[in-house]
Amino acid sequence: MAKKSSRDRMKNEINAGSMADIAFLLLIFFLVTTTIAEDKGILVRLPPWSEEEPDIAKLKTRNVYSVLVNAQNQLLVRGEPMDIENLRENAKEFIMNPTKREDMSESPKKAIISLKNDRGTNYKTYLAVYNELKGAYDELWEDLCQRRYGVAYSEELPTAYKRTIKEDIPMILSEAEPTNFGEEE
Amino acid sequence: MAKFSKKRGSASPEVSTASLPDIIFMLLFFFMVVTVLRDSELKVKVSTPYATQLTKLEEKSLVNYLYIGRPTPKFQPVYGTKPRLQLGDKFASIAEIPLFLEKHKVKVPEAKRPRITSSLRVDGEVTMGIVQDTKTQLRKSGQLRVNYSAKKRAD
Repeated sequence: MAKKSSRDRMKNEINAGSMADIAFLLLIFFLVTTTIAEDKGILVRLPPWSEEEPDIAKLKTRNVYSVLVNAQNQLLVRGEPMDIENLRENAKEFIMNPTKREDMSESPKKAIISLKNDRGTNYKTYLAVYNELKGAYDELWEDLCQRRYGVAYSEELPTAYKRTIKEDIPMILSEAEPTNFGEEE
Repeated sequence: MAKFSKKRGSASPEVSTASLPDIIFMLLFFFMVVTVLRDSELKVKVSTPYATQLTKLEEKSLVNYLYIGRPTPKFQPVYGTKPRLQLGDKFASIAEIPLFLEKHKVKVPEAKRPRITSSLRVDGEVTMGIVQDTKTQLRKSGQLRVNYSAKKRAD
């Protein structure tokens, strides 16, 4: 009697109705956790090609923030050696010039960053320097955006906002032709 | 004793296979999402540097890739160890860049062409010489939107 009832119970199939739900749950879990291999990087806009070298001599020296990276991957910023860790803060101070110093940019609109490297400079170092300079501008835009609109600066911001911010602090980065030191044979 | 035999008899009901299609579909979707179609085999070693100020590249079809790095050991007997440029799936010289860009451009609808981006996937240990030549050639060809490919650095 007891044996019979037990077999009857076993004949019932497992309820498969909820299996689909479990499957979807797993699917969603994987969708959320997987990072799809994507291409990220520093987006730059190169200047159009022109035969003659841009004339940097007619600019006031106080407005030019010159950064040189040599073939030994050392930095020379406005004639002084510098560690890359300090570059971002220093560049920010130069651009904004909060203390109105005579030897720093007249206004953020006039600040120009001039980047020059050797042909022997490591790409890694070059990109690190570029990253710091872009980081300086990104942080300044972020600050301005927070003060003016109370929101974080991002690419999704309305174009009008972005335009006014970039009008006030334009990123002007001029890259000179590199010198021929340390080229690999 | 009786209890043991009862248990053995209970193995006969099979697990329902009704949900098997769901599981298979799930796996299918999973792999569809994760798989990245790689169009060109890398002949140069590219390990991109780390950076923080990154932008994501949105539309894959608007991006063309330029690889710069040292040839992998397999190709070193022929091409040496000097950094080389790879376009598509073969080694190329700087002078071949305009043609490569043009070939990519014709595949893109007219309206989207201003948004074509060149992604420079450059090995961190390469010197700037070849990168500079590539940049100059890109500027001469009017391809000004450039992305220096980099990995996210956690601060």
